[in-house]
Amino acid sequence: MKETPLSNCERRFLLRAIEEKKRLDGRQTYDYRNIKISFGTDYGCCIVELGKTRVLGQVSCELVSPKLNRATEGILFFNLELSQMAAPAFEPGRQSDLLVKLNRLLERCLRNSKCIDTESLCVVAGEKVWQIRVDLHLLNHDGNIIDAASIAAIVALCHFRRPDVSVQGDEVTLYTLEERDPVPLSIHHMPICVSFAFFQQGTYLLVDPSEREERVMDGLLVIAMNKHREICTIQSSGGIMLLKDQVLRCSKIAGVKVVEITELIQKALENDQKVRKEGGKFGFVESMANQRITAFKMEKAPIDTSDVEEKAEEIISEAEPPSEVVSKPVLWTPGTAQIGEGIENSWGHLEDSEKEDEDEGGSDEAIILDGMKMDTGVEVSNIGSQDAPIVLSDSEEEEMIILEPDKNPKKIRTQTISATQVKAPSKKPVKKRKKKRAAN
Amino acid sequence: MAEAAGVPAESLAGCRARAARTVLDQVVLPGEELLLPDQEDGDGPGGAGERPLRLNAAARSRGRVVCGPGLRRCGDRLLVTKCGRLRHKEPGSGSGGGVYWVDSQQKRYVPVKGDHVIGIVTAKSGDIFKVDVGGSEPASLSYLAFEGATKRNRPNVQVGDLIYGQFVVANKDMEPEMVCIDSCGRANGMGVIGQDGLLFKVTLGLIRKLLAPDCEILQEVGKLYPLEIVFGMNGRIWVKAKTIQQTLILANILEACEHMTADQRKQIFSRLAES
Repeated sequence: MKETPLSNCERRFLLRAIEEKKRLDGRQTYDYRNIKISFGTDYGCCIVELGKTRVLGQVSCELVSPKLNRATEGILFFNLELSQMAAPAFEPGRQSDLLVKLNRLLERCLRNSKCIDTESLCVVAGEKVWQIRVDLHLLNHDGNIIDAASIAAIVALCHFRRPDVSVQGDEVTLYTLEERDPVPLSIHHMPICVSFAFFQQGTYLLVDPSEREERVMDGLLVIAMNKHREICTIQSSGGIMLLKDQVLRCSKIAGVKVVEITELIQKALENDQKVRKEGGKFGFVESMANQRITAFKMEKAPIDTSDVEEKAEEIISEAEPPSEVVSKPVLWTPGTAQIGEGIENSWGHLEDSEKEDEDEGGSDEAIILDGMKMDTGVEVSNIGSQDAPIVLSDSEEEEMIILEPDKNPKKIRTQTISATQVKAPSKKPVKKRKKKRAAN
Repeated sequence: MAEAAGVPAESLAGCRARAARTVLDQVVLPGEELLLPDQEDGDGPGGAGERPLRLNAAARSRGRVVCGPGLRRCGDRLLVTKCGRLRHKEPGSGSGGGVYWVDSQQKRYVPVKGDHVIGIVTAKSGDIFKVDVGGSEPASLSYLAFEGATKRNRPNVQVGDLIYGQFVVANKDMEPEMVCIDSCGRANGMGVIGQDGLLFKVTLGLIRKLLAPDCEILQEVGKLYPLEIVFGMNGRIWVKAKTIQQTLILANILEACEHMTADQRKQIFSRLAES
């Protein structure tokens, strides 16, 4: 299927919103979406959800002969596939450009950084080595595939256990899973990709672009880093000119983000290990909550409205209390109603009656607009300030652990909003969304 | 689901047809056969077993029963083709036997004649525009199908603009065609949608819910602040308010309305309104 075209008004709106530092889902410029990691029953199988983008990673191993010029090293093989269920535009054999780009980036990130010790994968030099194969499948595309894929790859590799092997002289014994516990791979460090999207020729920058934002961006900068602040790979696409200090700033941000994400991954791995050791239930089925409409999950961050504050104060001090107005939708025809101001009809003359109607409607709205504006000013800040009370998703959630990077603490508002709504402590309760029981 | 528990297992396999009357507002699954009220008599111990005593012959006249979305005629019974709740609407003025349909939920739109949709212009070729409506094929829209358009006076439509129009041809054998005028030649709100504002996509069921008569959500939203909304039956909503902030709030509220109960919604709106 062809991709849905991006309309002019969407593009315009998105760019204007970005200029005002607003994102569609209410995130800040440097915020990541919620990252959720769940593990399957097999070792080496995991699903990473970055907002709505989902990637499934699976690691498998096999004993093969080594490459001729690398007789003592194991073989790594990475493969990312864009499943047709990820987006209507993905068809077999159609998305080759994007696919090639993502695969190359992933390979550079994981293979060239030497995060996995390939020497330890050698069983008998020159004859038998382990071939580790990482398969990643994109299940849903909502932007920023590369970040999710890199997280899935490294998590799957860290989670994976290969069968134990012992070599006595000439005899090589491969133990099955029942005979001896499988051993983990030896991983030096965890490289994570962080994507930066640039807009308006590099003037504005967003971290972790969503699918809409990716459509309107000018260029993309991907930095793969580990928590020791070592850059594993860096790639800039889109042909925009980036200044030196922009790149440096991005690398600093990437450093911070990578540390948070690495902590998340460690916690997830530990939790899963604990559950397996204690004999609890684990696997994908356990990480899905019961009685939940999982098909229609919604991730929404509260909308930040910090900049409306000053305006609201002014308006409050100046305006008088508004009269009670109930706006009635004007019904033009079945299926077409109008609430509020009408747009200019560009088709020529209207019949007189219609025109009068519009004018009246317009003036009514103009009068109450100031009153309304006062309301909206405070009200929108209300949404942003208090997280716990407004729950735009399910509210019947039990206690659950949220694995997410700590957001930059939002500004604490000191005024008109009721004092009970303090932001920082309620930040965590806000995000009570995902059940991560079994996998952890 | 709880309601389906009352259904005997065999009827799900289609062995025993149930009376449509008994399963109103319950979940039905594809493959089930339903009997119209008239056919219940003498149909075994199924939903009937009753032989209603008809005291006046006039009650017998069924009239025309309309088979709505999700149902298909199969002999003299109704065959369910989509899963969802079975609904029935009584006939207005005594003509016909009312309408039966299945309330189902999906995100993928299939063009239907007469539907008003929001489309995105993808190409201009000669006399027609190609408009993407979310279906399997782009719809064609003639440039003469606008109010006040003549061969000399062409409408001002660019690639990437949003169009609100209705389908005049929409079946599975041909590419859909849409127009931006009604049968009298007037626009009636159709045409090119304004330049600003935000377009987003929701499920088809939510659109139908929002467009139902006396929709509370719309009335409450209208009380918040001045806004313009256009609903397309293909799941697209275009929204515009004074500021970007308000537009974003609206978009998020409408998307979230799908998963909120009425109480939660009222809570949120009251909080928004009081501030």
